[in-house]
Amino acid sequence: MLISLDHITKTYTGDAGPIVAVDDVSVSVEAGEFVAVVGPSGCGKTTLLLVAGGLLRPENGEVSIDGTDPYSLSGEQRARFRAEQIGFVFQQFHLVPYLNILDNVMAPALVTGETSARERAGILVERFGLADRLGHRPGQLSTGERQRVALARALLNEPRVILADEPTGNLDGDNSEQVLQALKTFADEGGAVLLVTHDPDAVAFAGRQVVLQGGQLASSES
Amino acid sequence: MKISRLVVQEIAHRFVNFVLAVIGVSIAVACLVASVTMIDAGEIQSQKLVAEGKTESERLVAKREKEVKDAGKQLNDEMRKITKGLGFNIVVLAEDEDIAAFHAEGTPTRTMPQEYVDRLAKSPIVVINHLLPIVTKKVEWAEEKQTIVLTGTRGEVPQAHRDPKKPLLDLVPKGKVVLGYRLHHPRKLKPGSKLTINGRELEVVKCHPERGSVDDVTAWVNLEEAQQMLDMENLVNAILALECNCATVDRIAEIRGEIAKVLPGTQILERGRKALARAEARNKAKKTAEASLKAARTSGEQMIASRQANADQMIASRKAQANVLVPLAVVGSFAWIVLLAVGNARQRRGEIGILRAIGMGSRDVLVLFLGKALLVGLAGGAIGYIVGYLVGTGYSGPIDQSLFDLNWLLTALLMAPALSAAATWLPALVAAGQDPAVVLQEQ
Repeated sequence: MLISLDHITKTYTGDAGPIVAVDDVSVSVEAGEFVAVVGPSGCGKTTLLLVAGGLLRPENGEVSIDGTDPYSLSGEQRARFRAEQIGFVFQQFHLVPYLNILDNVMAPALVTGETSARERAGILVERFGLADRLGHRPGQLSTGERQRVALARALLNEPRVILADEPTGNLDGDNSEQVLQALKTFADEGGAVLLVTHDPDAVAFAGRQVVLQGGQLASSES
Repeated sequence: MKISRLVVQEIAHRFVNFVLAVIGVSIAVACLVASVTMIDAGEIQSQKLVAEGKTESERLVAKREKEVKDAGKQLNDEMRKITKGLGFNIVVLAEDEDIAAFHAEGTPTRTMPQEYVDRLAKSPIVVINHLLPIVTKKVEWAEEKQTIVLTGTRGEVPQAHRDPKKPLLDLVPKGKVVLGYRLHHPRKLKPGSKLTINGRELEVVKCHPERGSVDDVTAWVNLEEAQQMLDMENLVNAILALECNCATVDRIAEIRGEIAKVLPGTQILERGRKALARAEARNKAKKTAEASLKAARTSGEQMIASRQANADQMIASRKAQANVLVPLAVVGSFAWIVLLAVGNARQRRGEIGILRAIGMGSRDVLVLFLGKALLVGLAGGAIGYIVGYLVGTGYSGPIDQSLFDLNWLLTALLMAPALSAAATWLPALVAAGQDPAVVLQEQ
């Protein structure tokens, strides 16, 4: 089991009182599995993703990524763990605006300091059709290209897990398909993908979907 | 990729922010360096001013010293000349001279060997000077039927242990005569006139004005001629001398004691106190000269002290300005950098959030901010030093030596990054501590 979220509960404290974003949800993703988390806005999809990514500590429940509970690690260890084991893809891409494409792809190597990062980055930009855009900055790219850069960045450190939050939300059909295909390929090669989405086309790429409703698990079906 | 590249790329991307921060640091460093440079320049200028003042003062004192010395010498000489008419006040008389008769007649009647004067001159005696041997006698001027005083003198005899002094009375050459007023005036004699005294033909070389004393009826001739005319060869009947400016209370006793050792049996008289007046006048002249010199020295010292005081005041003023300006500039610069760093951290919130999400640790985020702060500090320190140095030297005016100080350059290059890093520390800490999940959810 690469991703194991067991009875996760996460509550936010707001002005109007506590809000239970995720309520006793358990989800697991095997190696080679592509799982889509769907549900209406505010149902706790992104919160569940952040919990899985070691970014948001839940009040209850246990998280395990490839057998390691990220919340049992120190802050610095958890950051390094994320860099090595988890790839993130977001709807807003979150590229560093002043770095060129190659440097954005290589950003995770800041942490690992691997010398082979440049070589891998070269392969990834080639794979995602960005070889002729290496010197460009994110502002000079199309949205599809930016998401491909984000995808390449997520894959740089060869993680075991990819967590994607609405990665096709800003993309057209072709670009969406390209991104989803890449995620599926990652899963097919033995990785685990947990995808949060509203997009029915994206769900079609997933081998299984988990439906959240009001922070609770409504169903899980293949 | 390394964090340093991220730092450099971010600076290039937000260059205005970087420049504004550099300006802030530069101003603080420039204020410090300019103040220090001006203070250093002030101290150098002050030293130079004081040194110049000393040189000028020494020159003035030396000039005044020379003037005083020359004036003193001239005054002394003039006093000597003026007072010569006051006459010698020590008279050495023969052992058998009747002092009462001497006083009654006004001229000595007994003789002593002329060799006495040489003995006295060769002796180391210091209580008298200006030895003048004379032979003098009241005689009847047969040709004119008038009683006169015939005095023979050979001029002053130099004392062996003293530097030769200019004689107070000039030697009367042989065949010549100097006449008192009552001798030349009635006969309308002038220098160059010829006359005969008791069969000896003489030429008048000088005619004295009226003195109201026995001098008015005195004819001065060469000692040897006088001795012949008076039939007193190799004899003198008085040795005139001038007592020294002795400090002893009982001067005459001291003089008598000294002369008795050389010329035992002779009698010593002190004639009046006129010569003392002369000595006192000389002392007074000397004191006046010394006082003038002292005044010149005091004036010079006052000028130096005044210059030093002005210089000290200028430096103190510059230090006081620096004491206010530098802390203000440092605090202002610190606040400015804090503001810029806070703004920068806010701007980079999303970027930091994603970098934290993909694995960058909080320490790396700190390095990201502090690395930039160090570069800001280095650039600000270097620029601030140059600007401060130029302002400081420009404001201080021309100066002979370089004010460049490597220590202050190194201080600027160390202090400025430290200031910048300290000002950035808190915003960087806040940025490093922000929760990436919150940032990502917000965006």
